[in-house]
Amino acid sequence: MPNLSAKSVLSKPASGRFIVFSLLLGLAANLLPWSELTKLLWPDFIALLLVYWVTYQPRHVGLGTAWFLGLLMDIADGVLFGQHALAYTLMVYMTQILHRRIQTLSPWQQSLYVFGLLLISLVIMLVIRLAFGAPFPGALFFASSVIGAVLWPSFSLIMRLRQHRKPTLDDTYSNITK
Amino acid sequence: MIDTSPPPFFKRGLSPPLRLAIFSSLALLLMVMDGHYQYLDTLRNAFAVIINPLQHGMNAPVQLATKVSGFFVAQGRLRGENADLKEKQLLLGGQLLQFQALQAENAHLRSLFDAKNRYSQKTTFAEILYAGRDPFSRKIIIDKGSLQDVKPGQVVADQIGVVGQVTRVYPVVSEVTLITDKDQAVPVQNVRNGLRAVVFGNGQDGTLDVPFMPVNADLQNGDQLVTSGIDGLYPPGLPVAVVSKIERNAAFPFAKISCLPSAGIDRQRQVLILNTQLTTPNPPRPPEPEPVKHAKPKR
Repeated sequence: MPNLSAKSVLSKPASGRFIVFSLLLGLAANLLPWSELTKLLWPDFIALLLVYWVTYQPRHVGLGTAWFLGLLMDIADGVLFGQHALAYTLMVYMTQILHRRIQTLSPWQQSLYVFGLLLISLVIMLVIRLAFGAPFPGALFFASSVIGAVLWPSFSLIMRLRQHRKPTLDDTYSNITK
Repeated sequence: MIDTSPPPFFKRGLSPPLRLAIFSSLALLLMVMDGHYQYLDTLRNAFAVIINPLQHGMNAPVQLATKVSGFFVAQGRLRGENADLKEKQLLLGGQLLQFQALQAENAHLRSLFDAKNRYSQKTTFAEILYAGRDPFSRKIIIDKGSLQDVKPGQVVADQIGVVGQVTRVYPVVSEVTLITDKDQAVPVQNVRNGLRAVVFGNGQDGTLDVPFMPVNADLQNGDQLVTSGIDGLYPPGLPVAVVSKIERNAAFPFAKISCLPSAGIDRQRQVLILNTQLTTPNPPRPPEPEPVKHAKPKR
């Protein structure tokens, strides 16, 4: 089994196209559940992807992307316009501060940080909705952050598979001639 | 004084805290505008153009999966189902014959009384795409929008009863607020004695409440509540809920009545959008009482 942790190999930078593709896939995954229980337990894949990309590609994905995706999620869920945008923006800012530390940790240690970050986004949304007069939806509201954190190690492994293919002779050669 | 900012060749645009301030204040502004005024429909529609194809696209694999699994059904089960359906059709056909006769009779009687039938009705078939991930509200997204002539305020039902109401319409999808949502109200009538009431969603679990009914109100467990139709929006006679629990406590002015929705609110994939139109307009509002004028100074 190849060692895929971030320390071992210098990873190839992800292409912009792959980032956009993954975010579209994440949006689609967020639109899947249709029953009352699954929608509570379903992890927020856009939040997971934002944490992942801000940690590993901080120059490509930042606050602007988070804000824009947040607005898309607001439309998709039919909630207050700007609720996800604010939550994602603050969550990504925290990730930007922590991203060097997160990079060096093992996947399970990382998932503790991810749990915290997802929880922050949920708490922000909770505060916004309570401020606009909604009742407290119960402790199960936070379940999706636990599930997201548990999924994190396998999630980041899958995301990294693509960046860690061995550099071929052609790659090396073209890099030299550049 | 030493300049602490990075030299210009490392410039990366605005500093992160400033960006954070800009984006979060923009989000806050949008929220306040959306929460208090309804100015943002055009902006919402612009963003919906990006996400609507995705919403429809996600339904394709689900449909494919149901088709594939439908292909591999045992023949015995199909035959059983077919027999059941035939029996049901026979039963319903008989009832339909009676229904048509009754409808004709009803129209005749109404013409005798010179009372016009107030509703004409058209239905549109729609499929549920997904339930919004928002745990604070109960909404579903369906695959018909303003291009298919869906309008906000239309009633959504399944074959058993009322499911909800269309609250927001995009070009090819629309949002339906279920009757179990916290803010959703349905005017109803008790089938047993004609008592009128308004049913509200509970928002917490899948039940409905009938608030503001006096302790001695004539409601019993198992009473059927149907739409009363007096609001001009819901057509009359659609089943809404069945009373499931009544707590009468003389210490409170109102009885605590909860009911279960009749329709399969959480179990359906297909729903009907009822395009109800009033054939006679609502009666005019009674004139507002004249505001008391200040005594004019005498000339």
